[in-house]
Amino acid sequence: MADVLVVAEVAEGKLKKTTHSAVTFAQKAAAALGGTYSILVIGDGASGAAAEAQGLGAAKVLVAEDASLKSYLAERYAPTVAEVGKGYAVVVGTASAYGKDLLPRVAARLGAGYASDISDVIAEGSQLRYKRPMYAGNAFGLCSVSTPIQVVSVRQSAFAAAEPSGGQSPVEKVAVKAPSGAAERVEFVSFDQVKSARPELAEARVVVSGGRALKEKFAQVLDPLADALGAAVGASRAACDAGYAPSDLQVGQTGKIVAPQLYLAIGISGAIQHLAGMKGSKVIVAINKDADAPIFQVADYGLVADLFTTVPELVKGIQAAKS
Amino acid sequence: MKILVPLKRVADPDNANKVKIPASGEKIDTAGLEWKPNPFDEYALEAALRLTENGQQPKVRAGEVVVVTFGPKDTETTLRAALATGADRAIRVDTTDDKLDGDLVARALKALVDREKPDVVLMGKQAVDGDSNQVGQILAELLDWPMATFAATIREEQGALLVGREVDGGVATLRVRLPAVVTVDLRIVAPQSVYSLKTAQTFKYNDGVRFAALPAIMAAKKKPLAEVKLADLAADQGLKVQYHGFQPPPARKAGIKVKDVADLVSRLKNEAKVL
Repeated sequence: MADVLVVAEVAEGKLKKTTHSAVTFAQKAAAALGGTYSILVIGDGASGAAAEAQGLGAAKVLVAEDASLKSYLAERYAPTVAEVGKGYAVVVGTASAYGKDLLPRVAARLGAGYASDISDVIAEGSQLRYKRPMYAGNAFGLCSVSTPIQVVSVRQSAFAAAEPSGGQSPVEKVAVKAPSGAAERVEFVSFDQVKSARPELAEARVVVSGGRALKEKFAQVLDPLADALGAAVGASRAACDAGYAPSDLQVGQTGKIVAPQLYLAIGISGAIQHLAGMKGSKVIVAINKDADAPIFQVADYGLVADLFTTVPELVKGIQAAKS
Repeated sequence: MKILVPLKRVADPDNANKVKIPASGEKIDTAGLEWKPNPFDEYALEAALRLTENGQQPKVRAGEVVVVTFGPKDTETTLRAALATGADRAIRVDTTDDKLDGDLVARALKALVDREKPDVVLMGKQAVDGDSNQVGQILAELLDWPMATFAATIREEQGALLVGREVDGGVATLRVRLPAVVTVDLRIVAPQSVYSLKTAQTFKYNDGVRFAALPAIMAAKKKPLAEVKLADLAADQGLKVQYHGFQPPPARKAGIKVKDVADLVSRLKNEAKVL
């Protein structure tokens, strides 16, 4: 058996975009192994999301649905994922909060090695080697997993989203495996969604990030720019620590990792920690008063200017360019 | 409450010298870098200290905080520093970094948990060298314990912890009955993130982790520090993940400075084609 199992991520009855990145990995890995890939859709609303998964070129779509899987809990999901995973060479999900939480438990159940947050897969004969960013993005490690089953999570920004194949994979129901004792001692209480009209940071095509230099005018300066670009808003750690931006906006090694088509760093000096979180962006623009700021070493376009006068000008320029 | 806090020392990737990769690419060269405790583990220790004290009288510790690290003799510096901030006892598992992977550390920790029987294992969500983010989850599965990863808030309840987890798009709250594994994210050290049953819900901690006072550093030298052989905790020391080489990240080619906003907009539209 040299097949690949994709663990889909489902929210409100739909596939999350993260799943498509894991499918792209699965296509590469299955081709290298000479096998096929299947998609496991598990959880509340799984059958709805399965219809969507059917279009992604898998050998089959497996559906695990049960009242006990209504709210996601690793303790309840891992037994079923591991049981299904037993028939595969590689079990893969995305290194989203969901994948990071669930997949190591699955690996432990399978006695499998786990390579997390990989940014590339390289075939060496029929062996797979994985490239992982380490040390805050200052190094890439090449690793392999020596167990019969390998568990992998992929960095979403490093794998393009798989496109619908035009085909229609057959659907198969799979039994939900009863969880072990751990599941009896954990209870889902609530999910407080951060309501925002803006795209999620990790999935946005454009990200506008601000630094400490914005002070109390953080939102006042950045929001019009983000609106003009349809962008997500991010922030440096310094801006979050100073309380100018809410902490869930933090981009950096310890915050969110982003790799949009366009990244605008406004008043950000560019500490290594921050660069680790956004270096994968396709086009980087930096606006900063300090011509020596390290951010200019990674920016494709740098503008040395006062952001308080420049950003409003930029908003007008972008609006004009787009109309 | 008895809390076990695994602490890893890491070569600071933020350090101006940065990690180096020799041309052979066979290993990461950390020579000359400063060692420091993994920041997420430091946050976990701070959370453990808060959970075992009354915020108003932090020196009276109710319960026990035991810190553990894996490494050679000189990693005891990391443990002594933890003892100086308030941990009661330390354990060093004798080994070297290159003989470990996340799975082996989790298996060894499981054996240690079986001996120590803590109510909570509290640790960082990931170490900032390997950036693997897996030991806590694997440990929880091996123990068949519930877990709450990426904790931003912890409230102690009778026999349980109410944990606010930082996940994509919001905060998911779980209630885990003890014993349990909790891994923490950076916001766990905000002034009102962690409350034990002893601390008033209105009490505000200082932002960030606490520092050791000089007398505490002296006193920490007398606190118990045990040494355990890795072989006593894990009979099978095989690694499931092997590293074959390392590469520096691809360098971004130096960009250009644009002269004004009009120039920038024009280049974004016509050259980069991102507008």
